[in-house]
Amino acid sequence: MRKSFLAENPSVLWFLACLGLFTLGVTLLAEATGAGVISTSFVKTLGKVLCLCLVAIAMDVVWGYCGILSLGHFAFFGIGGYAVGMWLMYARTETIVTQNLAERTIPATATEINDAIATQIFGVVGSSEFPLIWAFSHSLFLQLLLVVLVPGLLALIFGWLAFRSRVTGVYLSILTQAMTLALALYLFQNDSGLRGNNGLSGLQNIPGFEAVPQSMISMAFFWASALALALGYVLFARVLSGKMGSVIRAIRDDEARVRFLGYHVESYKLFVFTLTAIIAGIAGALYYPQAGIINPAEIAPIASIYLAVWVAIGGRGRLYGAVIGTAFVSLLSSWFTGGGAPNVNLGFYTIQWTEWWLVLLGFSFVAVTLFFPGGIGMIFDRLKKDAL
Amino acid sequence: MIRILSMVLALLCLPLTAHAQELQSLLQENQKVVAKPSRKTVGPVLDALVASGLPTAPQFLESWQNKDVYSRKEDGLFFYGAKADGGIALTDVDTGDVVSTVDAKAVKQIKPNGGVRKEIASALVQFQLSDPDIARRSSAVNAIARNMTGAMLAPLLGSIENEPDAALKARKEQLANYLNARFGDDSAARVAAIESMSDDLSVEGRAVLSQILESELVSFEGDAEGNIAEKLTVGEDITRNAAYELLVEQQSLTPQISENELRLALEANVEGGKVADIPVAQLADLSKREQAYDSLAAAGAVPTRVTDTMVTEALETYQFSRVYLEDDADVTSAAAEAQREVQTNVAVNQFFDLSLDAISLASIYFLAAVGLAITFGVMGVINMAHGEFIMMGAYTGYVVQQFVPNYTASLIVAIPLAFMVTFAAGVAMERLVIRWLYNRPLETLLATFGISIALQQLAKNIFGTQARPLTSPGWLDGAWIINDVVQISYIRIAIFVLALLFLGLLLFILKKTRLGLEVRAVTQNPRMASSMGINPDKIKMMTFGLGSGIAGIAGVAIGLFAKVTSEMGSDYIVQSFMTVVVGGVGNVWGTLAGAAMIGTFQKGVEWLNPSNTLAAQTYMILFIILFIQFRPKGIIALKGRAAGD
Repeated sequence: MRKSFLAENPSVLWFLACLGLFTLGVTLLAEATGAGVISTSFVKTLGKVLCLCLVAIAMDVVWGYCGILSLGHFAFFGIGGYAVGMWLMYARTETIVTQNLAERTIPATATEINDAIATQIFGVVGSSEFPLIWAFSHSLFLQLLLVVLVPGLLALIFGWLAFRSRVTGVYLSILTQAMTLALALYLFQNDSGLRGNNGLSGLQNIPGFEAVPQSMISMAFFWASALALALGYVLFARVLSGKMGSVIRAIRDDEARVRFLGYHVESYKLFVFTLTAIIAGIAGALYYPQAGIINPAEIAPIASIYLAVWVAIGGRGRLYGAVIGTAFVSLLSSWFTGGGAPNVNLGFYTIQWTEWWLVLLGFSFVAVTLFFPGGIGMIFDRLKKDAL
Repeated sequence: MIRILSMVLALLCLPLTAHAQELQSLLQENQKVVAKPSRKTVGPVLDALVASGLPTAPQFLESWQNKDVYSRKEDGLFFYGAKADGGIALTDVDTGDVVSTVDAKAVKQIKPNGGVRKEIASALVQFQLSDPDIARRSSAVNAIARNMTGAMLAPLLGSIENEPDAALKARKEQLANYLNARFGDDSAARVAAIESMSDDLSVEGRAVLSQILESELVSFEGDAEGNIAEKLTVGEDITRNAAYELLVEQQSLTPQISENELRLALEANVEGGKVADIPVAQLADLSKREQAYDSLAAAGAVPTRVTDTMVTEALETYQFSRVYLEDDADVTSAAAEAQREVQTNVAVNQFFDLSLDAISLASIYFLAAVGLAITFGVMGVINMAHGEFIMMGAYTGYVVQQFVPNYTASLIVAIPLAFMVTFAAGVAMERLVIRWLYNRPLETLLATFGISIALQQLAKNIFGTQARPLTSPGWLDGAWIINDVVQISYIRIAIFVLALLFLGLLLFILKKTRLGLEVRAVTQNPRMASSMGINPDKIKMMTFGLGSGIAGIAGVAIGLFAKVTSEMGSDYIVQSFMTVVVGGVGNVWGTLAGAAMIGTFQKGVEWLNPSNTLAAQTYMILFIILFIQFRPKGIIALKGRAAGD
């Protein structure tokens, strides 16, 4: 008899328990809801890390399980951020503009309000009209739909083109990287309709919640991120268990053999690619309101490579590995670059970690690839083996 | 005897003294204007001075312009003045003799304002055109070219015949031709001058043609008059609003009231929360606002509004034409014809120029990518640190320039040194990292990426974040100018030559040497090669070193025209991969084809949308993504067993 999903995947329960405990702990210690040990800005950092973990498990599924090294998943992440950012920016500007116009003797017409909002948002790129892609920005629901639809469709079209012509391996990696670069370069233009390299800003102010303090808003986003991570984890674990998961893993190990066994490899790959892109978009939509600003530099190819780095350090082919790797590296990174790490005085030279951290990261990454291909997750494998 | 001598002397002086009185008396005739010149009044005086043909006139004009002319208060006579001990030393304007030194209070310095000085300068130009000093002549010609006026035509023509310098003479003739085309009196002569300009590509000539063809929009109530360029249809050639604004301006119709003005007018007439009996709260709607305004207008509180129907009526009453400022229809049609020919000619030349640009861009891409083509193509190793090898090469060039001040010598030292440095780095990387990952290509990608970020940060720590210059030798400065449209800088030619050199060198190494033979053998079948006594390990190491070394040299070349920064490698890495992938892996010719295609395509897109290189890059990448769909193995694909993944 088939065992139930959870019984077959005990790690999911473990993960959910850990995540729940972590969330509870942060809630109890945070400024807004508990003891006040953890500052609001650190709650934001933790919330952002949770979002990054979510996109990292998506990356792990597509790379670690399906063998597609996509260097473009951060583009989907960014698109999600832009989609939600458009609504945030529109709605907030609308509030401000309506307040300003209300001071006039004669109430403003709809056109006047619209023009004033457009001038406010696009004045910085020398325009005063809404571009076509902002057509839905007035509606939160439609923009949230776009968070899912745009990355999904883009991944579907791109994946269909790429997998259909059997572009695999490093070629596919380079192609996805090209896609990311094209998107970033496009967004850098002032007439892209998304404010060029200014990006969208002021996203931390949630319209309708002006009265709620930032500490509470960041707490809410932290919970939402934790919930999204939990749901995403369960979803992916579900997808990867059972027969489907076996096919996906088999494609990673020997694509040609799976094809000869009669499976339609392209469909599986396309499904995984699109699903992970959608999750990446959702993660981005949760991340950028916490970051407060999004600009095209976020989408640059290097961001997607870092994503791969996190997953590799955490240990690919294990969902929890991606989470551990991301949390570990990004928190360590903010500790080092934030000046938290003490400088090392060698007598003739002082190592300042703000300058040397990337060198350390680069070389340790080489070391991980060479000597610990399993990453941090390998430690858990050992523990499991010992327990048996 | 003495008497005779003195008489001869006096006789000799006679014409001189006669002259002497001439300029002063001419000036005295216009004493007030010369002493207090204004832009409006100075014209006739300058004309008189020029017409007099006095040899002393130019010097006077120059001094006048330089504020060196003084007038004596007691009698109003003019002198050149110079500061001296105890006051101002006065010099006679005619004889050039120092007359006396007077107290500064006894004379008044004449200070023409900027506008007057400009007028004086243009009068001076006519003298300078025949000046014995060639520098002055050519500066006068340049002054005319900068500010073409009809008055300059005659003096310019007059100076051509006696011009000794051939080049300047040709220039004068060309300029006279332009002036004739624009300002000549005789219609036939102007047409001839214009027709002779139809093969003239210079910016100046094109400007002359478009100045002749300058036009303005005119509205007519009845039939159009004047030299009409074209009739305009409202809604097609000219928008409704623009047409009506023209009518407001030219036929003094009432202007339309903007929405903003409408609102302000209503705001000014709010009474007890109502405007013309319409509650303010209802005015959030444009039609209501117009209704309110019309009621106000009916009551006489505001002027009547120009409605849409009124605009339509007005537009139907009037006709709109673009009318040439030049009245002579023969001249304008000849100019339009000449302009068409010139434009065709310019387009052809621009295409040629663009092709040169494309070739130069392609050679840059080729240089950046060819090293990668070897490592990626031949060994299947993705080297993300390739861009950093380019950077290392460029920094090597920079460091060499710090020690070798002669730029030519430093370049000669830098190129082989850059090769050696990056060769060593490549070999070290291959031995330490890549060798262990030969059967795991995706992990090679990540490991080399780790090296890439470490190297980038190291360069930042060592050389700082600001861009470092890599100065090219003097003989590479400047550009090869073929005509006014087509030109290419020497540096780009040098890079093209370098790219050709590398192509030849690589082909030679791969096809004609022992190493090349072994490299090809290992590429095609490493196990068979090793059983033939080739050491694949050594070959892979050498190949990797060679690819990296070429990246180093490419770095020196790229550094010569771009700034050397720690991030310069990452600018080229994606493009380089594209070039290799598009061209087809494992083939130097393929890389060449890929670079040529990408370079051409990018320049082509830039031509369609010249202001936006970002867009060009975006479309180029999209194009490449699509291209890979149709030729997944690139332009030149390997056939047979070597083609296997």
